[in-house]
Amino acid sequence: MKAIGIILAGGNNRRMQALTAKRAIAAMPMAGQTRAVDFALTNMANSHVQKVAVLTQYNTKSLNEHLNSSKWWDFGRKQGGLFVYSPTLTQENLNWYRGTIDSIYQNIHFLKESHEPYVIVASGDGIYKLDYSQVLDYHIAKRADITVVTTKCQEWEDVNRFGQVITDKDGRITDFEEKPMVMETSEVNCGIYVVRRRLLIELLETCIQEDRYDFVRDILVRYRNLKRIYAYHLDSYWSNIATVQSYFRTNMDFLDAGIRHAFFKEEGAVLTKANDFPPAKYNPGCCVRHSIVASGTIINGTVEDSVIFKSSFIGSNCRIKNSIILNDVYIGDNTVIENCIVESHNTIYANSTYIGDPNNVRVVVEHNDRYIM
Amino acid sequence: MLLAGGQGSRLGVLTAKMAKPAVSFGGKYRIIDFPLSNCINSGVDTVGVMTQYQPLRLNSHIGIGIAWDLDRTVGGVTILSPYERSENSEWYTGTANAIFQNIDYIDSFDPTYVLILGGDHIYKMDYELMLNYHKARKADVTMAAMPVPIEEASRFGVLVTDPDTGRIVDFEEKPAHPRSNLASMGIYIFTWSVLRDALVKNKDVPSLDFGKHVIPYCHAKGNPVYCYEYNSYWKDVGTLYSYWEANMELIDLVPVFNLYEEYWRIYTNSITNAPTYIDGGADITRSIVSEGCEIYGQVSNSVLGTNVTIGPGAVVRDSIIMADTVIGENSRVEKAIIAENCVIGKNCVLGEGEYRESTYNPKVYAADLVTVGERSVIPDGVSIGKNTAILGETVPEDYPHGRLESGDAIVKAGDVE
Repeated sequence: MKAIGIILAGGNNRRMQALTAKRAIAAMPMAGQTRAVDFALTNMANSHVQKVAVLTQYNTKSLNEHLNSSKWWDFGRKQGGLFVYSPTLTQENLNWYRGTIDSIYQNIHFLKESHEPYVIVASGDGIYKLDYSQVLDYHIAKRADITVVTTKCQEWEDVNRFGQVITDKDGRITDFEEKPMVMETSEVNCGIYVVRRRLLIELLETCIQEDRYDFVRDILVRYRNLKRIYAYHLDSYWSNIATVQSYFRTNMDFLDAGIRHAFFKEEGAVLTKANDFPPAKYNPGCCVRHSIVASGTIINGTVEDSVIFKSSFIGSNCRIKNSIILNDVYIGDNTVIENCIVESHNTIYANSTYIGDPNNVRVVVEHNDRYIM
Repeated sequence: MLLAGGQGSRLGVLTAKMAKPAVSFGGKYRIIDFPLSNCINSGVDTVGVMTQYQPLRLNSHIGIGIAWDLDRTVGGVTILSPYERSENSEWYTGTANAIFQNIDYIDSFDPTYVLILGGDHIYKMDYELMLNYHKARKADVTMAAMPVPIEEASRFGVLVTDPDTGRIVDFEEKPAHPRSNLASMGIYIFTWSVLRDALVKNKDVPSLDFGKHVIPYCHAKGNPVYCYEYNSYWKDVGTLYSYWEANMELIDLVPVFNLYEEYWRIYTNSITNAPTYIDGGADITRSIVSEGCEIYGQVSNSVLGTNVTIGPGAVVRDSIIMADTVIGENSRVEKAIIAENCVIGKNCVLGEGEYRESTYNPKVYAADLVTVGERSVIPDGVSIGKNTAILGETVPEDYPHGRLESGDAIVKAGDVE
C-alpha cells in the first residue's frame, strides 16, 4: 500500500451525554463484540495499510486499553505498525490538540518520517466497510489533491450535524457547507480523506503558522477553489455514532441480517481485541427474541429487540426491551428496562424500572456497589 | 511437553480428520485449549506440542500461540512432529518415545523440571502448585492423581501411596482388585536429569511409555516418586458418551466446571467477532451459544459452536452443534453430535426411533447419539435413527426409503477426491 493511515479518535461531544464521560467516542462498544475504532482499523488492515497512527486526546483510558496490543488488527509488524499518540508536553508545545489540524501537526514527525506517498485520514467514530485502496485509485485517476469520501447518510439521521458536499459533474467538490441549517443535498462528508503526504505536511505547516486548526474549515473549505478536491461516493453502509440516538440506531441496525453479514460474515470481517469470554449462556426461564447477544453473557430473563454486550448478567424475570446493555452490566431480578442504554460495568438492583422514550432513549448510569450483602 | 498426537479412535467420525485434542469442546473451544490455558495460567511459557495423527487442524489452531500468550521471544509454543533422521527414523511409538525423540528440544532450554501433559482432558489445574509440591518433597517424579470411586478404580492406572508422605510404593495398571482409589491423570513432573537418563537407558524398549516403562523404571531404581492428589473437576472425554455428557454439564444452572469465572480464564483461538443473532421466532433455553450464531429456530439443552445457523422451524435438543454448521428449516435434531462445517438439509429428523446396537462399530458407537463427522452433508427430508454415524457428503440414494436405521452408519471415505 502506498499510504499510511491516521485515525482521528480524539473526539467527544455533549450529544453523547453521559456515555462519553468514560471514554472517547471511538472507544464506544459496537454491535456486541467490537468497538467503534475497530471499524476504521479493520479497514486500514484490510486495505493493506501497514502503518497507522491513532490520535487520541479525550479520556483515552478505554481506547488505550483496547489498543494495548496491535496484533489483533495485524499491526504487530517490524515494518509499520500501530502507534497511539496523545498530546504531550514538549519544548515547543504546551497545548492540547487545538483541532484536527493541530492533532496531526503535533505528530508531524509521523508524516515526515514515513516514505509512503499518500496519507489516509479517517475518523474513529464511523461505522463502515471500505477498501481505502479504491479511494486511492480514484484519487490518482482524478489527479486530485484531496479526496473526500462522501455518502448519503441514514434516513433516520439528523443530516444537519454533518458537513454537506456539493460537487460538479466530474465529482470535484465545488462547495462545502459545514453543519448547514437547510440541507441542499443529502451527500455528506464521512470524515475520510486521501491526500498526498507532502501536500498534507505543507498544508499543515501553513495552517499552523496562521493559527488555523480545523481540517474541514481551514483546509477543505478554504482551499476548495485552489486545490482539486474530489468526492468519492461510498454506496455501502455508513453511519456515524457521535450522538446518543445515532449510536443507538447504529447498534440496532446490526439486527438486520444484511448489515450484520456484510460486516462480520463476508470477507474482511471486523477485527477486534480477543477477549475469550465463554459462549453466552441461556438459562431455563429465559426468553430471547430479535436480539444480538455477545459472549460471556448469562441470561435468565426476557430480552427483546435489544443488543446485549459482552459479559453481562441478566437476572430472572427481567424484561429488557428495545435497549442496549453495555459490557459487564449486572441486572438484578425482576427489573424492567425499556428504550435505554445501560452504561458498562453498571449494577442495576433487582426490582428497578427504567423506561425511556423510543424516540429519545435514556442513558442509564448507576454507581451501585455490585457486591453487597 | 504436551502429547497431542493421539487419534482418539473412540470418538469415531469426530476424529476422522483431526486429532482428538483438536476436537471442539464447550462451543468455542477445542480440547487442547484446556491444557494450553492451564500452562500459561500456571506460568509455564515454554510448551512443546507433539503432534502425529492428522495434525493440520491442530497446527492451524495453535499457530504461533497468540491466543494463549505463548508467542514468546524466548520459549513459547513449538509444534514438534516426528521427523526423519539419518538413521532409524520412526513415528512416535509411545508417550515416552515421543519425549525421547525431542530430547534436543528440551535440552535447548536447559530446564530443571519437565511437565508432561496429555492433550485430551477437560480440567483447570495450577501446575505450579504441583511443581512446588515436587520441589518440597525433593521428588524426582511427581504423578498427579485423583480419587475415583473404588469400584471404578479398576479402569485406571492406580497409585498405591504411603499415606503419611505421599510417596508412591506401588503401581497397578487396571487392577481387578484395586488397593487404592487414586487414579493417575497422565500428568507428570520430572526432574529433567532423571527423565533424560531414564529415556536414554530405555530407548530401545518398543513403544516406550511413561506408565508402563519409564515410571516403573524410575521407581525400581529408587528415585523418589510422589503422588500429587488433585481434587477438582477433571473429565476424560475419551468416548462419545463421556464427550457428550461433559459438554452437557456446561449448561447446568451453575456448572461444576465453570467457564464464567474471572479467574483461570480458558483461552482459544477466536475465529469470529460476529455477534450472535437471535431472531424474533427463535426460542432458546438452557443452552450455551457461541459468537456468530444465527438462531431462527428452537434450541434447548444444547451447546452451539461459532457461526452455527439454526434455520426457521428447526428444533435442536440435547445436542452439540460445532462451528459453521447449518441446520436446515424445520429439521429436528435430538441427542446428536454434529461436527464442524456440516450441512443438515430441510425437514430432516435426527435421532428418531428405538436404540439398536451398532452394526458398524459397537465399541465406539454405544450410546443413543447421532454422530455426524465434519464437512458432512445430509440431504433434505431424511430420517436418521439413534446410535448412528455419518461422515461425508451423503445423497438421498444413501438412505433407503429416506431412512437410516438405528445402529447403522454411512461413512464415505474422507479422502481428498
